[in-house]
Amino acid sequence: MEAEEMELFGIWSSPYVLRVIWALNIKKIKYKYIEEDLNNKSNLLLHYNPVYKKVPVLVYKGKPICESMIIVEFIEETWKNDSIFPKDPYEKAKARFLAKFVEDKLSPPMWRFFTTKGKDQEEAYESFTDYLAILERELEGKEFFGGENIGFVDILLGCMSYVVPIYEEITDFEIITKEKFPLLHAWMQAFLSSDIVRDNLPPRDELLYRYRKIREAFLSKDN
Amino acid sequence: MVPNSEVRLFGMWASPAVWRVEWALKMKGIEFEYIEEDVSDKSSSLLMYNPINKQVPVLVHNGKPIVESLVILEYIDETWNDKPILPVDSYERAKARFWATFVDVKCREAARKSFFGEGEERENGIENLEIQLKALDEELEGKKFFAGNSIGYTDLVVGWMAFWLGVAEEAGDFKAVNSSKFPFFTAWIENFLQDPLIKNNLPPRDKTVEFFRLFRQAGSCAKANVK
Repeated sequence: MEAEEMELFGIWSSPYVLRVIWALNIKKIKYKYIEEDLNNKSNLLLHYNPVYKKVPVLVYKGKPICESMIIVEFIEETWKNDSIFPKDPYEKAKARFLAKFVEDKLSPPMWRFFTTKGKDQEEAYESFTDYLAILERELEGKEFFGGENIGFVDILLGCMSYVVPIYEEITDFEIITKEKFPLLHAWMQAFLSSDIVRDNLPPRDELLYRYRKIREAFLSKDN
Repeated sequence: MVPNSEVRLFGMWASPAVWRVEWALKMKGIEFEYIEEDVSDKSSSLLMYNPINKQVPVLVHNGKPIVESLVILEYIDETWNDKPILPVDSYERAKARFWATFVDVKCREAARKSFFGEGEERENGIENLEIQLKALDEELEGKKFFAGNSIGYTDLVVGWMAFWLGVAEEAGDFKAVNSSKFPFFTAWIENFLQDPLIKNNLPPRDKTVEFFRLFRQAGSCAKANVK
């Protein structure tokens, strides 16, 4: 397949865009990457994603697919090599459920933790550490949520592997340590050092700067 | 057909998420045992099968639980291969899933604000709903159902908007669905509710409106207590 057949519209800092890049890497698919400026969205992006006007958008042979996890499922179903999902429908359902659990239950309190302080921050921390314990149990006997290889849940959760250390540095809080969550801690290291991910991460210094600004903006709103 | 198959569905009579699973099971001709849950006094079985969310619907197939209605629909389609609910083509599947998440995340949130909200929050909810209905209306142009000539996955997922949105409008005293602004969507509601699969598989309307009226009052009391 020529790279021109596959285009990915994204922004460098978006974890949602990275999910798609990791999936394309798993399947060894060549693509052309187009960096968008969200303050000045291209006409092409608005044409391909009129409902949400967001990245990522994958365009395959001229047809757009939107929403990161829907794009990942499309990639899985269109290219049969190197599976992202388990074959068994029940195991697949468990993976889909865990993915939804991460999006709906885990992400909001983690974001609340990062954008608040004091009692609000403590409460958010209590919430999401309960959910981290669920993920810790899921990893028992496995290197990745997908088993021996990176799978659907790993891709969805993957941004946590590089965002959590940034949260820890900025808030001076320990979140995922070897003592508290040994399996999750090991998973983060394994994920970050895998072939799929290693060379496809946003630059740390720029992310650190960006996230610091975000936290400052949220905390100054409260004052 | 999957041989030696035991299928149980834990549900609640007024829940649209439960009904969409029932529609899918009936579309496929799958026999199942239905267990009505009292959501104010959840059974130990439900809590065992769904310890994380503690919610209905839960599908239990040969003793193994599957939770979350959209996850259940995909599981049903993959396990019982005949009479597919989702399209076969992967691009069409992506489109179907796109509309499903649009409706289940965006429209549901806007409907919740329109129903429970007051003042500016309510107005904002209705405004968003109208923008979303426009998008759905455009998607339906030239089609009887989202899936084409017969009901498919997207129709089952959007299905709550054919019945429960009208119920919420009546119980919550607001209006978003408008036949002149959204002619294709209004026609779809009619086609969907008249389809033999759906017509005989809906909760009683008056009882549902009353249930939602009480639900809304309870919501207002809860808000008042929080303040």
